[in-house]
Amino acid sequence: MKVVTVLLAACCVPLALAQESAIRQSKTDHSTYAALAKAPVSARSRGNPFAGDPQEVTAGGKLFEQHCAECHGPKAGGTRHGPSLLLDPVQQASPGTLFWILTNGVVRRGMPVWSKLPEQQRWQLVTFLESLKPRASGSASR
Amino acid sequence: MISALFVKARQAFACGCLLLLFLSCFRGSLLAQESPYIVTYDHYLEEPGSLEVEYFSTFGTQRAGNDFHAFWTEFEYGVNAWWTTELYFDGQSTFSDSTLFTGFRVENRLRLLQLEHFINPVLYIEYEQTSGADKILKEIEGHDVESDFDDSNGVLRQEHDHELELKLLLSSSFKGWNVALNPIFTKNVSPGEPWEFGYAAGISRPLALKAMPRRCNFCGETVIAGLEMYGGLGDTRNPGLNNTSHYLAPAIAWNLPSDWTFRLSSGFGLNDNSHHLLLRWGVSREFSSFGELARQLFGGRK
Repeated sequence: MKVVTVLLAACCVPLALAQESAIRQSKTDHSTYAALAKAPVSARSRGNPFAGDPQEVTAGGKLFEQHCAECHGPKAGGTRHGPSLLLDPVQQASPGTLFWILTNGVVRRGMPVWSKLPEQQRWQLVTFLESLKPRASGSASR
Repeated sequence: MISALFVKARQAFACGCLLLLFLSCFRGSLLAQESPYIVTYDHYLEEPGSLEVEYFSTFGTQRAGNDFHAFWTEFEYGVNAWWTTELYFDGQSTFSDSTLFTGFRVENRLRLLQLEHFINPVLYIEYEQTSGADKILKEIEGHDVESDFDDSNGVLRQEHDHELELKLLLSSSFKGWNVALNPIFTKNVSPGEPWEFGYAAGISRPLALKAMPRRCNFCGETVIAGLEMYGGLGDTRNPGLNNTSHYLAPAIAWNLPSDWTFRLSSGFGLNDNSHHLLLRWGVSREFSSFGELARQLFGGRK
């Protein structure tokens, strides 16, 4: 009986906490983007080695679909679990800032660190995010 | 007798496969980027709301006894971005002997720092309730040696272990390489038992650092190769390398775009106290929609 209680507690407590954490998320909450401002100057000024390369945009799109679309939506417009990446705070951020956020995550707000992806793949993701810029103004006005 | 053993082993394997197949009916999954480590942990936690179901097998040689096939199933859930919790169920089949359920483990991993640093620490806390017949060798600690398993399952299962295990998971990723080191501290909660020490270390790297523009199953970015080393470091009564076992294990992980990961590791004993060979393989799948499903099930908002 004791074992069953321990097992139930082990399974239910994390689920309850996860629910609480998810409810706090919001895809348009602008405080979500506050983490972008925390990128240090040295990180912000880094340039994207793949900037504008269509091959890298395609590769970045594939990586986005595999790792990011679940939370940020298939078109990066956001879901209940992750903010839109089409809004100005993201689209006006420097490539270095986006790379820094990908590397460090926003752990308190539920975004995991993605430094497990090699640096090149994180830059490919940044290249893809930058390619969404033309659509950003339309999305931001929603 | 042997045919009965194989039937049991087949049943255990079939149950694991059926479970994975059942869970594969869930919608919503994301590509796992799993390391090839089977014993060592890096500092990456499960994505929030994701459930990873894993099945692992270990075939071990036993010089003064019968070889064995130990297996375990893991349920790994990302509570949030800094906390992952896991539940394990262990079992084993010893050739010419019997098949047993050998216990369970509950573990939690807590990320200690919010930002990435050159070395990233994660605190690992585990409680395990296993019998002396548990042979998964998920970690080697204290004076764990091959001869511990010389007796038959009937004798080994009489011993009951209730252990608290602490690890500090130190890990660093640099230029595509990951290097991880896990010091291990274990205490059997029975009175009078000493603290035991151990270690696990690993290094790994994807075969290709850039992703290809097209979707591919078998390409450099989906395969990660690595090397692990693990062993015991004695206990508080007799610390050091005396009467300890150590292993060196090349390992490989194949992360399929269809959300499945396969791992293979071949551990070679480095001294006379070690099993000659620990051949391990595992299959896992990640279900990102699990947290959402559980919330709906328990009446959360849709």
